[in-house]
Amino acid sequence: MSCDDTVDCGRRRLLVATAAAGGVAGVAVAVPFVASMLPSERAKAAGAPVEVDISRLAPGEMMTVEWRGKPVWIINRTKEQLASLAKIGEKLADPKSEKNMQPAYAKNETRSIKPEILVAVGICTHLGCSPTEKFKTGAESGIDADWPGGFFCPCHGSTFDLAGRVYKSKPAPDNLEIPPHMYLGDAKLVIGEDKKA
Amino acid sequence: MSKVNAILQGTLNWVDERFPLTSNWKAHLSEYYAPKNFNFWYFFGSLAMLVLVIQIVTGIFLTMHFKPDASLNASGVPVAFASVEYIMRDVPWGWLIRYMHSTGASAFFVVVYMHMFRGMLYGSYRKPRELIWIFGMIIFLCLMAEAFFGYLLPWGQMSFWGAQVIVNLFSAIPLIGPDLSIWLRGDYVVGDATLNRFFAFHVIAVPMVLLGLVAAHILALHEVGSNNPDGVEIKKKKDANGIPLDGIPFHPYYSVKDIVGVVVFLMVFSVIVFFMPEFGGYFLEYNNFFPADPLVTPPHIAPVWYFTPYYSILRAVTYPLFGIDAKFWGVVAMGASTLIIALLPWLDRSPVKSIRYRGPLYKGFLAAFIVSFFILGYLGMLGPTPMRTLVAQICSVIYFAFFLLMPIYSSLDKCQPEPDRVTSK
Amino acid sequence: MKKFLSAILFAPLLAFGAGAELHLDRAPDKANDMAALQNGAKIFVNYCLNCHSASYMRYNRLKDIGLNDVQIKDNLLFTAEKVGEPMKIAMQRADAKVWFGAAPPDLTVIARARASEFGSGADWLYTYLRGFYRDDKRPTGWNNVVFENVGMPHVLWELQGEQVMGADHKLNLVKPGKLKPQEFDAAVGDLVGFLKYMGEPMAEFRKQLGVIVLIFLAVVFVFAYALKREYWKDVH
Repeated sequence: MSCDDTVDCGRRRLLVATAAAGGVAGVAVAVPFVASMLPSERAKAAGAPVEVDISRLAPGEMMTVEWRGKPVWIINRTKEQLASLAKIGEKLADPKSEKNMQPAYAKNETRSIKPEILVAVGICTHLGCSPTEKFKTGAESGIDADWPGGFFCPCHGSTFDLAGRVYKSKPAPDNLEIPPHMYLGDAKLVIGEDKKA
Repeated sequence: MSKVNAILQGTLNWVDERFPLTSNWKAHLSEYYAPKNFNFWYFFGSLAMLVLVIQIVTGIFLTMHFKPDASLNASGVPVAFASVEYIMRDVPWGWLIRYMHSTGASAFFVVVYMHMFRGMLYGSYRKPRELIWIFGMIIFLCLMAEAFFGYLLPWGQMSFWGAQVIVNLFSAIPLIGPDLSIWLRGDYVVGDATLNRFFAFHVIAVPMVLLGLVAAHILALHEVGSNNPDGVEIKKKKDANGIPLDGIPFHPYYSVKDIVGVVVFLMVFSVIVFFMPEFGGYFLEYNNFFPADPLVTPPHIAPVWYFTPYYSILRAVTYPLFGIDAKFWGVVAMGASTLIIALLPWLDRSPVKSIRYRGPLYKGFLAAFIVSFFILGYLGMLGPTPMRTLVAQICSVIYFAFFLLMPIYSSLDKCQPEPDRVTSK
Repeated sequence: MKKFLSAILFAPLLAFGAGAELHLDRAPDKANDMAALQNGAKIFVNYCLNCHSASYMRYNRLKDIGLNDVQIKDNLLFTAEKVGEPMKIAMQRADAKVWFGAAPPDLTVIARARASEFGSGADWLYTYLRGFYRDDKRPTGWNNVVFENVGMPHVLWELQGEQVMGADHKLNLVKPGKLKPQEFDAAVGDLVGFLKYMGEPMAEFRKQLGVIVLIFLAVVFVFAYALKREYWKDVH
């Protein structure tokens, strides 16, 4: 379709220009409305980092705190528990934590900053139930004789080790999420914030 | 390029075989022939639709954050009031959405009053357009209800006490009054139950009714065709193809003209939203920044500006009649003052439609009506004094006289002959 | 008819009844003075936040007036643990009502609420805070020129000193305070500026955005009007 005969060029150009200006206006108007659905200051304040005092957490103990409405487990692992982590590699779906379920500083053997303190989000990566702790080893745990200690999700049977890594052939696809966290001194843990490099 | 066109045309044909898309596009836009002499007063119909859309869209987004709860939060502030300040401060761009909604509410009434006035100027309510006028009247009543319900929601002092006063008016109705008021409120006094149900009415019930009525209003208009500033029926003179000689297709001529109207409106709207959202306390009343307190009556309760003319008429009735309180007759007068506008198609006996060809009697009465309407509006914002009540009474009489005497003065008036074809005045 | 109409036109002037006239001093405009607003914030949390909450205002919003999270936390965070929290107070409203007769109102939007035909809310607050005088008939020992029989004592009395109401209905400073009258007025000006800011923290941004919006709409208008003229060449 060319200009001059059937279509008025000037009119078409003006129409396009006005439509463009109007289109920009339309997008500009849409921005505040779409943005208003983002987390409000109240949601951001409620989701603010949480400070935890771990000075009283003895080896072998676990505490749970809430961050952004989710349970976060803090576990002080014993030497035996840490040693067991290296031995079960072939039973795990992602033993080297290749998938992006943790910050860079937790992409290691123990999935933590300090080797003994695990900080993990206590939500099963299958459909969102909260697994129960099964720290007792062997048959006592009710799982099997080789069980080195970890977590068992009652909803569909997924199991995780003491670094939050998921076992093979279970409904859960991923290791437990490690949230951003950092230490302010030895006894203070801040969940929800990374140390500024 | 033509392959794309072929696909688009094919899709359109597929739809048209199953849905009256192109036929409606033609009937209501590209082949709806409107008079070519529309002037300034003819912008306000499309502007009313624009403001309706603005109110609905901003309203939906406000509903995502507003909480219709009159109970007190941990700081002793009503949750509803606090949720409005939450929107203003904590929700990204919430302040802009709120100001657009509050300005839009007042803008709605400015636009609708101008739109109605156009009808009065050019006799747009005359046969065969009576039904358009009646639908319009019902829209006006729904709009007033919508504004009244909406105003309670911020749960400020004016919200609470304004609602308290108006619902109490219903208690003036003999026999059923007090029980009716309790039923409306859902409680003995305006409270949480009232807030919640007004929320339901404001967000869902009335908007749906309004949308249906606007559709009916436009369908009725398109059935008979638009009037124009000369009051000439353009369908009386058609060309060989059956197209009115003085008609032009709504699209593209009036769509492109209405866009200009929209842009100008948005400029005025933006000046208010961005530079004076309170508008001197008329659009966002100062006292409404105090949370509702059932124990503290404000020294001066006034309705929002767009209700003040009718409020004045309500207060002007100070004599009891037939053993019933003046309060009741005030309600009757207020109701009558809004409803009487609907009777215009039958009160107006003039041989011509448009003010351009009417005589001095009509023009005088109309001028008096306009002046009285503004004075009544102004008085409605102030507290009553004996002198103000007297002025309100005089203006109320003039207001009703404009309508009630119209059968007489419109037939007596010396009119000029209506032209055959539209003029370009 | 004409006489009747002109009588109607002049009636409003007669109808202009006198309400209670209120004379208010003009509050200084500190909207763009960050130092003044920060000083006002300091005065607010030190003197007002004990009894009055500002429960819709989050501490970290004060970044608008040039303070960062660390400054807020170190100097102003009196009633909360984290800067993201709102300025609530510990006092329960029911207790406050018993102790003071009326619960001290939340002050977040007080500068908007106190506006009237006599002046802005800031004007009212500026006059109010400088308008306390000694009155032994009152339980607190203080009364106020714009708020008769107010339940609030003169919290800033140490700074202003003591005023008394003369027979001519004018206030006289009989005991000086820590600040000279101009210094006190400046401090109250800062506090009121802060209250005005707190009433609508996005006010300055709103105006700046408004300018951009109007310029943009003016451009759209030029195009839309040209388009209209172009199409309407066909008509008539």
